[in-house]
Amino acid sequence: MNSYILKRLLQAILILFINTFLIFSFTRLSCDPMAQYVGKAGFSAEDKTRIYNELGLDEPFPVQYFLWLKKVGQGDLGISLFSKQPVWKLIIERLPMTLILMLSAEIVTLLLAFLLAFVAVKNRYSLIDNIITTLSFVGYSMPVFFIGLILIILFSVKFKQWGLPYLPTGTDIWDHHNIIELVKHLILPVTTIASIQTARYSRFLRSSILEVMSNDYVRTAFSKGIGSGKVMFNHILPNALLPIVSMVGLDIAAMFGGAVVTETIFAWPGLGRLFWEYAQRGDFPVVNGVLLIISTAVVIMTIVTDVVYGVIDPRIRLK
Amino acid sequence: MTTISAQNTKSLTPAKIIWIKFCEHKTALLGLAGLFLLLLFIFLGSILIPESQANQTDITNRIQPPSLTHWFGTDNTGRDQFARIIYGGQITIVIGVLAVFLQISLGTLIGGIAAYYGGLVDSILMRFTESMLSIPSLLLLIVIGKYFGKDIQMLNIFGRKFSGSVPIVVLVIGATSWMYVARIVRAEVLSLKEREFVQASIVLGAKNLRILFVHLIPNTVGSLIVATTLGLANAVIMEAYVSFLGLGVQPPTATWGNMMTQSISFIQGGLWWMWVIPGFCIVYTILCFNLVGDGLRDAFDPHTHERFV
Repeated sequence: MNSYILKRLLQAILILFINTFLIFSFTRLSCDPMAQYVGKAGFSAEDKTRIYNELGLDEPFPVQYFLWLKKVGQGDLGISLFSKQPVWKLIIERLPMTLILMLSAEIVTLLLAFLLAFVAVKNRYSLIDNIITTLSFVGYSMPVFFIGLILIILFSVKFKQWGLPYLPTGTDIWDHHNIIELVKHLILPVTTIASIQTARYSRFLRSSILEVMSNDYVRTAFSKGIGSGKVMFNHILPNALLPIVSMVGLDIAAMFGGAVVTETIFAWPGLGRLFWEYAQRGDFPVVNGVLLIISTAVVIMTIVTDVVYGVIDPRIRLK
Repeated sequence: MTTISAQNTKSLTPAKIIWIKFCEHKTALLGLAGLFLLLLFIFLGSILIPESQANQTDITNRIQPPSLTHWFGTDNTGRDQFARIIYGGQITIVIGVLAVFLQISLGTLIGGIAAYYGGLVDSILMRFTESMLSIPSLLLLIVIGKYFGKDIQMLNIFGRKFSGSVPIVVLVIGATSWMYVARIVRAEVLSLKEREFVQASIVLGAKNLRILFVHLIPNTVGSLIVATTLGLANAVIMEAYVSFLGLGVQPPTATWGNMMTQSISFIQGGLWWMWVIPGFCIVYTILCFNLVGDGLRDAFDPHTHERFV
């Protein structure tokens, strides 16, 4: 087990290095912070070369890469070109909001998915099961913005027109630290994300449970006279939940990427929107920094998930 | 359950087994029928309605709700939405097909080579794959799309004019989705490598490349077909996301995704036809692909083939 963890850690370090190179290449070659100024009044070609020189952008590519890498190694992610603030500060400001959104969505998803999966399994192959399965299919075939738009139209626009208490769309300025405001603004985006995720999870959970239930040891447990509740909790669920652990782990990793589209629709001040706003302007220190943080988080979470999976699945542990 | 009667002397080929199993999934058949209808709609439509109508702006008539002259209404520069749905559907599906082709080729190559040669090659290729996996693809799409988004010329292929951003979107989606295929192919080839027919080929003196491309990879075709179908669903969604954000295909070329770009502002004005119709088309298409892909996945699953033996 320990050698396995060690091996994974070494691989992770290699991956992180490859990441820095890939990320830097992508952003440096695509982001041009001066692009929006070209052709505007008062901006000449000399200005462009001068600014490039000041920012160190006209150095050869490997030089720029290693300079950036060195600074990253010292924990300095650079300064945003447009807001002049350290990238770290920008990320730390927005990260909690993204995490709040994603964690809430994940919790809601898990609760709902369990509920739906249980109902589906208990009434398997009946009409209810078919309805749940069909709804799941539709749910996870929807792009995020479609559900988001429908929810906004219904609960924000129409409710307001009909004089019912309505949920805010988030385009108005609100106090991020007020809990009530936070919850009010959370409801729609969380529902949007959770609808799609629940669809995915409940399908997976349902087929996982059904697969485990078809195993011999479950049949043995039932024939020994053990009540169905006990069989479910002691035998079926521990085995059925294994692949879900893997899924949840990877989803938490993906969480850091934020949901750019969701955050854009609901004007949620999170990491995804940070990335979007600064990428628009070609502010590559920020873009680099965000991509780096996210991919590092994913790599770490993947290892954690693998290790946790190895710990809870005795079959892997004893290999 | 299919029983093999004494009179049935025709043998059940694997392909027939797969087809029978696929047909047992009513939902998968529904998805297939849905796709067929969609393709019919798009191709009949493009024959009946000339493309110029899709791109013809008419500012005086902008933002009109559905009427007898414009069945699906008009968009914010007066273009006919019905024609744009048809031609947008063409572009969306073509982007999907090309992107999937790219990602399957790339993924199969990388996964196959990694699995076959093993050792250092495998390590390096897999680290690279995992590295790409850890970077969220939508963010990459945004960055790359932003770069190429400026000053796109119109291309002229086969007499059809469309924005140069289309091949770029294809490339970007393909380049950010191949990793899943690579992992699947690698897992399959790793297990196939140990089979006797491969060892027999080696003994017979077959060269590495031949073993890889003639023996190993063709046997992964089941997983590849499933990956293709699900990849198509994914490509359509990715294109929708990127175009929705304004970084994908640029107007005047229509895709279902970029028809929804301004949708947030449409809501306030109650302009439902601007976004409900393209949105519905997107969901419909993705749903069909997912249904078919799910049915195919069950059909190709060897664990459930036993009852035909």
